[in-house]
Amino acid sequence: MTKRQLLMKHILFSMTLAFGLLAGSTSVLASEGGAELPSAGVNLHDQASLQRGARLFFNYCVGCHSLKFQRYSRIGEDLGLTEKEVMDNLNFTGAKFGEPVISHMPTDMAQQWFGKAPPDLSLVVRARTADWVYGYLNSFYIDPSRPVGWNNTVFPNASMPFPLWELQGVQTAVRKAGSEDVEKLELAQPGRMTPAQYQQAARDLTNFLAYVSEPAALQRHSYGVWVLLFLALFTLLAYALKKEYWKDVH
Amino acid sequence: MANVFTRMGDWVNERAPNMMPTYRKHMSEYYAPKNFNLWYYFGSLALLVLVNQIVTGIFLTMNYNPSAAGAFASVEYIMRDVEWGWLIRYMHSTGASLFFVVVFLHMFRGLMYGSYKKPRELVWLLGMLIFLTLMAEAFMGYVLPWGNMSFWGAKVIISLFGTIPVIGGSLVEWIMGDYLPADATLNRFFALHVIALPLVLLLLVVLHIAALHEVGSNNPDGVEIKKGPKGNRWDALKPADGIPFHPYYTVKDMVGVGFFLLIAAFIIFFAPTFGGWFLEHDNFIEANNLATPAHIKPVWYFTPFYAILRMIPSFFGTAVWGVLAMFGAIALLFALPWIDVGKVKSIRYRGVGYKIALALFALSFILLGAVGAGVTAEVIPEWFGDVDVTLWENLFGRLWTLVYFGYFVFLWLYTRLGWETTKPVPERVITHD
Repeated sequence: MTKRQLLMKHILFSMTLAFGLLAGSTSVLASEGGAELPSAGVNLHDQASLQRGARLFFNYCVGCHSLKFQRYSRIGEDLGLTEKEVMDNLNFTGAKFGEPVISHMPTDMAQQWFGKAPPDLSLVVRARTADWVYGYLNSFYIDPSRPVGWNNTVFPNASMPFPLWELQGVQTAVRKAGSEDVEKLELAQPGRMTPAQYQQAARDLTNFLAYVSEPAALQRHSYGVWVLLFLALFTLLAYALKKEYWKDVH
Repeated sequence: MANVFTRMGDWVNERAPNMMPTYRKHMSEYYAPKNFNLWYYFGSLALLVLVNQIVTGIFLTMNYNPSAAGAFASVEYIMRDVEWGWLIRYMHSTGASLFFVVVFLHMFRGLMYGSYKKPRELVWLLGMLIFLTLMAEAFMGYVLPWGNMSFWGAKVIISLFGTIPVIGGSLVEWIMGDYLPADATLNRFFALHVIALPLVLLLLVVLHIAALHEVGSNNPDGVEIKKGPKGNRWDALKPADGIPFHPYYTVKDMVGVGFFLLIAAFIIFFAPTFGGWFLEHDNFIEANNLATPAHIKPVWYFTPFYAILRMIPSFFGTAVWGVLAMFGAIALLFALPWIDVGKVKSIRYRGVGYKIALALFALSFILLGAVGAGVTAEVIPEWFGDVDVTLWENLFGRLWTLVYFGYFVFLWLYTRLGWETTKPVPERVITHD
C-alpha cells in the first residue's frame, strides 16, 4: 500500500467511525470474562421479590458479606416489614434494629481462607451493574484447579465458593475444542430448585442488592413524577407570560 | 401602607444613592437586541446552575467529611441517612455535568455569532477564565467522594505536572502533599473546592457580566445595535433595536429555565448516574491505591482535552508534549479574538469556508470526547473485528486532534489573507416571528 492509499484508508475508516459514533453506538456491557450478560430485569417496585431477595441474602450471603451502609431498620421500612419480622427472620447477626448489616466473618481469617476478604456488598450493583451480579450468580461452575473448587465465567478466577449450589445444583464447564475457553455451562447435578426457579431466586437476590445499592431510588421515582408535572405547568405558565409581555415587540 | 414602603425606599436611597441607578443600568434600562434566539438562553442558565451548585454545595458541606478515612462513607451517609440528602447530592452531581453542557453551548454560541470579536474581547477573555476556573473546580469536586475513580483520576491528572522538566517531580509532591493522593490532598482540594475557587468564580462572573453590559450584547445577526438608529419606546437616545432586559428577557429566560429544569429533574429523579456518564461505576468503589480501575478516564466533560493529551506521543524522552497540546487547546481559545480577524461576526453572513470549519471543529470536539471516554476503544473491535485497536484509535484520535488545531490555523489564514467572501451584513437586526 502506498502512503496515499494508507491515508485514504485511514480517512475512510475515520469517517465510518465518526458517523457511527454520532449515530449513537449501542455498547454491549460485557463481563471481564468476555461473556455477554443477560438482563437482570430489576424491578424495585416488586416488594415481594425484594423480600425474597432479602431472605436469600440473610440465609446465604451475610455469613461472609456485610452491607455496612444498610441499616436493618431501613430494610424493614422500605420492604414493608415490621421490626419483629426483620429481627426474627433476617437479623442473624445479633445487631440492634437501627444498626447496619455487618457480617461476623473475621477479615484476617477470611483472607487466609479465600485469599481475599469478602467484599462489602452495599454498593456492588452500582459498581458492577445489576446485570453483572445476576450473570455472576448464574455462572459458577466446578473447577478443581481453583483453591475453593469453584470458578466463574463472568468473573474468572473469583476466590468465592458458591454457597447457592444446593439451590442451583452443580454446573460444569464445556470447553471449546482444543482450547481452555469455556463454551457453555451444563447442569451436571440438579439442585433443590429447577433452573427456572433458580433464575428467579438469582433475580430476587440481585433485585435486593440493587435496592441496597440505592434505597433512595424508591423515593426518587415517586417524587420525580410530581416534580416533572409541576415543572411542566411552570413552563407552560412562563411561556404564556412571555407571550403576553412580548406582544408589543416587533 | 404604601406610604410606609415609599418612606422605607427613600430611606435606603438616601443612604445608597447608587442602588437604583445600578439596577436600571443592568436590568430595566439595559437594552438587549430584540432578536435573541435559542442560543441565548445558556448564559442565564449557567448562572442558574452556579447558584444551584453553591446552595446544594453548602448543604453537602454540612454532612461531608473531608478525610481519606471518612469521605466515602460520609457520601453514602448523605445518600441514605440525611433527610433529602440524596436529592441534594444528585442536584449537585447532575448540576456539575449540566454546568458543562450549558457552558459548552454558551461558548459555541460565541463562536457561531462572533461574540468574541471587537469590542467584546474582554468579555470573551473573562469567560475563558471562568471556563478554566470551572474545570479546576470540577476536577477537585470529583475527587471529594473519594471513590476509586476519584483517586486514580486525581493521580493521573496531578502527575501531568510531573512531565514538566526539572521541577516536575517535586511539584507533584507539593500539589498532593504526599507521595500519592491522600488525606492531605483531599483536605486541600476540599478547601479549594468549597471556598477558594467559588470565590474566584463569583468574582469572574460579576466581571464577565459587567464587561458585557459595558459594550452591550451581540446577537444572531452580529449587528451592533448601538451603531444603528437611536430611539425606542422607552428612551429616545437608546438603540432602536434594543428592548429592556427586564422584563422582556427575564420573562423569556424563565421559559428557558422551565425547559432546562424539566431535563435536569428528569435526570436527577430517573437517571442520576446517566448510565455511568455523570457518576461513574468505578466511583462506587472506595479509593484503593492497590486496585487500578480497568479504564482510567476523566468525567465526560474533560474527555476531549484528555484525548488530545493521550494522542500526542512522547518524544525527545519526555511526555510533556501531550500536556502542552492539551493546555494549548485551551490557550488557543483564549487567543481566538486575535486569530479570527474577519470583520463579519455572525455565521449567517460569513463565508462557506468558515461554516465548514466551525462544523468540523464542533465535530472534532465531540469525537475527541468519544476517544477520551474510551468509546472508540470499545466500538472499534465491535465494528471492525480483529484489528489493532490502539493503532486505529491513535490514527482516528490524531486526525481529529489535527482538525481541532487546524481550525485555528485555517481561521488565521482565512481571515488574514482575505480568503473569505462574506455576505452583506444588514443595517439592523432581523426578527422572525
